[in-house]
Amino acid sequence: MSVPVLQPIGRTFLGSLEAIGRLALFTLRAVLHCVTPPFYPRLIFKQMIEIGFYSLPVIGMTAVFTGMVLVLQTYVAVSRLNAEATIPYVVVISLTRELGPVLAGLMLAGRVGAAMAAEIGTMRVTEQIDALRTLSTNPFKYLIAPRLIAAVLMLPILVGIADIIGVFGGYLVSVFKLDFSPSIYLKNTVDFVETIDIVSGLVKAAAFGFIVALMGTYNGFQSRGGAQGVGKATTDAVVGASILILAANFIITGIFFSR
Amino acid sequence: MTDLKIKVRGLKKAFGPKQVLNGVDLDVPRGESLVVIGGSGSGKSVLIKCILGLVEPDAGSIEIDGEETVGIPAAKREEIMRKFGMLFQGSALFDSLPVWENVAFGLIAGRGIDRKAAKDVALRKLAAVGLGAEVGELVPSELSGGMQKRVALARAIAAEPEIIFFDEPTTGLDPIMAQVINELIVKCVTSLGATALSITHDMHSLRAIADRAAMIYEGRIIWSGDAKDIDQCGNAFVDQFVQGRAEGPIRMPVRPL
Repeated sequence: MSVPVLQPIGRTFLGSLEAIGRLALFTLRAVLHCVTPPFYPRLIFKQMIEIGFYSLPVIGMTAVFTGMVLVLQTYVAVSRLNAEATIPYVVVISLTRELGPVLAGLMLAGRVGAAMAAEIGTMRVTEQIDALRTLSTNPFKYLIAPRLIAAVLMLPILVGIADIIGVFGGYLVSVFKLDFSPSIYLKNTVDFVETIDIVSGLVKAAAFGFIVALMGTYNGFQSRGGAQGVGKATTDAVVGASILILAANFIITGIFFSR
Repeated sequence: MTDLKIKVRGLKKAFGPKQVLNGVDLDVPRGESLVVIGGSGSGKSVLIKCILGLVEPDAGSIEIDGEETVGIPAAKREEIMRKFGMLFQGSALFDSLPVWENVAFGLIAGRGIDRKAAKDVALRKLAAVGLGAEVGELVPSELSGGMQKRVALARAIAAEPEIIFFDEPTTGLDPIMAQVINELIVKCVTSLGATALSITHDMHSLRAIADRAAMIYEGRIIWSGDAKDIDQCGNAFVDQFVQGRAEGPIRMPVRPL
């Protein structure tokens, strides 16, 4: 009697283990191909433009509005304590440590991770990946490695730019809406921020870039069964990357800042 | 003793509970063109993908030039892949690349040949399949199905492979374009002196391109011989397939309406 109840649970558990194993093997192979020749610099550069340059508007917009909202919300809280001078500190530390890398990672998962999964998934179901292999080209080297390398290199740069734009957004609201002194706002920002705040954010960005590209390429590579399979791969890439980014954020924050 | 380019013995492959290949034995002599016929779902594509190394067989042996290729390391597989050219059923052109780069892909990415030299080769191959240099600058989505097939053929022969595989080369084409593709296949294979292995269910195609023929049914080769003998082979399964009869030993699992 208990067997029919346990069977689906066991099947799901074994299926999950199998999926984790598949992802781990894929990751291992992908990383190996990132560090062993031949390399495709032209493709890496193309992906850097695709991931970095074309993501600038969406990352910039996200950052500037986040900085603005952060000032408004922080002001409500700290004005009750007469601690308005801490606003630049709260804004810059929130952006560099957490909001910059996490929001940039999530936006990149939606824009780039989904596109990677859709492109590679379509290549899979139209036999283009098989064609690559028959043309003596390793799909891991040609499709996966350039995307991983480009994402790991570009997301820290995007986050660096997002930090600056976010602080600028906070500056605009503070100066033009809340009548802060421009020079004091900027001085407080520069005085309060520490190297570890920026470094931890950039390390997170590199990790999140890796996650976005890994989930995009993995789900695309595994897709089966035509348009429906590609659609599922795209959804799984975005959902998987988003969850992993939030989990990795907790772990990296713990490594850098836990006492 | 016949000089075999491809020798397949006891090849088996299952996907879940479905046994697709169930002990395939097949010989392809050097320099000859063998066409494997069979109904949809009979295992033709899986057979060709196993030989190419795109699908790992469950059991059996595949020898290329007398060298076992099942279970070989990836580096060795890439080396063997250099002997192959492949025309895919849906052409499988890279839609992000212009036509000339599709044709030159194996030369640039696979063999590290300079882009300019590879482009010259690509344009020559495009001319060989009846396409002008201006087509080389288009992207695959701008081409008709017949033109895409010709580009795919040019890509398959660009690196002058020893063995060329054709997966349903005329599927989805009108009869005239299908005959054009058949003639191009014969021309390319003959001029390269290559060995060819094709799979199809198009009997016109078989008669146009085959030196030898074989039929696969329920995962096994049930007949093989000279292509010109196929009409008088005396095998009831082959006869039904060649004549396209609904009645015969091959039964389609259809239920009454």
